[in-house]
Amino acid sequence: MAKGRIEVSEDYCKSCGLCVAACPVKVLRISDRINMKGHRPVEQYKEGCIGCGMCAISCPDAAIEVYRISEE
Amino acid sequence: MSETKIYSRPESWMKEVHTHYCPGCGHGIAHRLICELIDEFGIQDKTISMAPVGCAAMMYDYIDIDYVEAPHGRAPAVATGIKRVYPEKIVFTYQGDGDLASIGMAEIIHAANRGENITVIFINNAIYGMTGGQMAPTTLIGQKATTCPLGRDPQLAGYPIRMCELLASLETPSYIERVSVARPKYTIKAKEALKKGFRYQMDKKGFSFIEVLSSCPTNWGLTPIKSFEWQLENMVPYYPLGIFKDFE
Amino acid sequence: MTKVLMKGSEAIAEAAIQAGCTHFFGYPITPQNEIPEYMSAHLPEHGGIYIQGESEVASINMVLGAAATGCQVMTSSSSPGISLMSEGISYLAGSELPCVIVNVMRGGPGLGGILPSQADYLQATKGGGNGDYNLMVFAPGNLQEAVDLVQSAWDYAFKYRNPVMILADGFMGQMMEPVEIKEHKTDRGNVESWALGYYKERGNKRSLIKSMNLTPELLEEHNIHLQEKYAAMKKEETMFELVNLDDAELVIASYGTSARIAKTAISHLRNEGYKVGMVRPITLFPFPYEAFDRIPASTKHILDIEMNMGQMIDDVKIATACKYPVSFFGHCGGLAPSVEEIEAECKKILG
Ligand SMILES: Cc1ncc(C[n+]2csc(CCOP(=O)(O)OP(=O)(O)O)c2C)c(N)n1
Ligand code: SF4
Ligand code: SF4
Ligand code: SF4
Ligand SMILES: [Mg+2]
Repeated sequence: MAKGRIEVSEDYCKSCGLCVAACPVKVLRISDRINMKGHRPVEQYKEGCIGCGMCAISCPDAAIEVYRISEE
Repeated sequence: MSETKIYSRPESWMKEVHTHYCPGCGHGIAHRLICELIDEFGIQDKTISMAPVGCAAMMYDYIDIDYVEAPHGRAPAVATGIKRVYPEKIVFTYQGDGDLASIGMAEIIHAANRGENITVIFINNAIYGMTGGQMAPTTLIGQKATTCPLGRDPQLAGYPIRMCELLASLETPSYIERVSVARPKYTIKAKEALKKGFRYQMDKKGFSFIEVLSSCPTNWGLTPIKSFEWQLENMVPYYPLGIFKDFE
Repeated sequence: MTKVLMKGSEAIAEAAIQAGCTHFFGYPITPQNEIPEYMSAHLPEHGGIYIQGESEVASINMVLGAAATGCQVMTSSSSPGISLMSEGISYLAGSELPCVIVNVMRGGPGLGGILPSQADYLQATKGGGNGDYNLMVFAPGNLQEAVDLVQSAWDYAFKYRNPVMILADGFMGQMMEPVEIKEHKTDRGNVESWALGYYKERGNKRSLIKSMNLTPELLEEHNIHLQEKYAAMKKEETMFELVNLDDAELVIASYGTSARIAKTAISHLRNEGYKVGMVRPITLFPFPYEAFDRIPASTKHILDIEMNMGQMIDDVKIATACKYPVSFFGHCGGLAPSVEEIEAECKKILG
């Protein structure tokens, strides 16, 4: 399996959950924190991100950036 | 171990801005795709757009390109004026269903029929979002809106207008496609369609029209995720996805 | 160039081309069809573009788009068409875009008639569209003046970044008169600093042209800025003609074709010893209030003559601070006051 990692710009996140629904390996969830706009930003809460980018493609606020990690 | 960034916030997306769109609104996804394409084509310095009247009225606050505001529904006429001065620039309109399919019906039909070499992005959310959820020309039969509280009645309001099909009946337009942004797999196709729309304009192929089935969680009274489910279950059967016209 | 005999509408169109007009968008309506017809035939010869819009609504918005690029764009129409354009005109004024709009007025209200009229004075000078805005409005009194005003119209439009309207009537459109159309170099000012299409030239800074502002303080500030422009126009740009004013006992206030008819009446009346003069506003906005300060102490009465029901009379009363009785004489619906009628009206007033 490919490996990846995401970075969430928490202040842009509006807690819509579209990325949570889109993630094929279900590693995302809405966090308990509150950002500067009063939303609960999304977070990766467990290992297993495959760097597929589906979360970023779903995000209306361009809050997610995605990296792919290769072992070499 | 090495890392490659495979998705970045687009360069042409305004730095450090928070959009005013409701959480999960399809407008944001469509904006993001446009920004990605502006970056990929490297056309930020020569793309000109019009802000419509609707929820996207302030899209110039989010996309860092030349902008002029158009009156409600008139963007295709404004775009005509711009493109006729600047045939080498990339000119696109971005219009909601009230803007394009109701008040601006004459402007869109005639811009299409003249074959203006522009790209029109039509955001169909089956509702008047900005004014608080009134019936749109695209509101589905039975769909509730604040001005059809019992659901759209075709006896009273007629049937929802299918813009792609309507425009495809014209001889002149070059490319007409309907896409969705309800799931990543559709959004990827939506981006392809938008890309084609821009590409055709650069190749001077004439009028391109991309209808994007979107959502309005706020006025539909659904969560963002449920909204896209509703779109796929109710809008897509009435507004089938696909290409209606392609000169190729 | 020497004087050539030309039809009004065509002279206006040719003058515009010679002043550098590159884009024309319009929709047919009587009595101004010769302007778009001439443009469709001749603008392309000069590398320009003519497009017939699907309506006046579309045409004025094409004008808006082209104006936002800082090019020399123009439209023409007649009264009901101008009503349809009012939305776009308000946006043009609010967005501070330069363009030239010709209104060859016909009788109203509604569809009215197709014959010459001055029925749109109030619409042109006091609004028509929504919001606190003004157009610059020029009312030529003869064809040569129409030609000269059309040519300088873009200089004003770019100087103030504001639409300019040429308010003519069907007589002027149809009349044949010798005119001289000079080549005119329009001063567009520093278009790069604000217009669309100069992203690179501006150092990767985009242009944003809009009228909307949802912050009340900022919208008010924008309105104050617009008012400052209109105040500058009032101070700098009024144009008027004074006719036989020195010893006048009766002063006619009139513009455009009705002023032209009045002028003939005045010369007859003078020959008969009647002391009649005239103030003829050429700019209807800014209105030349100061011209009325020149009315001599001998004046006993002001007569407003128009081809409508007296739309300018309030401005005349303001200009004269109600120091004199002001009455109205005129016709509307496509009728013009005759020289004889004006003479009779003047004699009646002078007793
Ligand atoms: C001439 C005019 N009429 C009405 C309005 C009010 N208005 C603003 S947005 C809008 C509807 C927009 O709906 P749509 O185009 O579907 O855009 P959405 O907000 O759904 O994205 C209306 C009727 C207006 N601004 N101007
Ligand atoms: S990149 Fe793919 S796997 Fe990783 S969080 Fe996003 S959607 Fe899930
Ligand atoms: S899609 Fe974007 S805005 Fe929505 S929850 Fe995920 S990161 Fe936040
Ligand atoms: S009202 Fe509807 S269309 Fe407008 S931003 Fe909110 S969700 Fe989007
Ligand atoms: Mg809508």
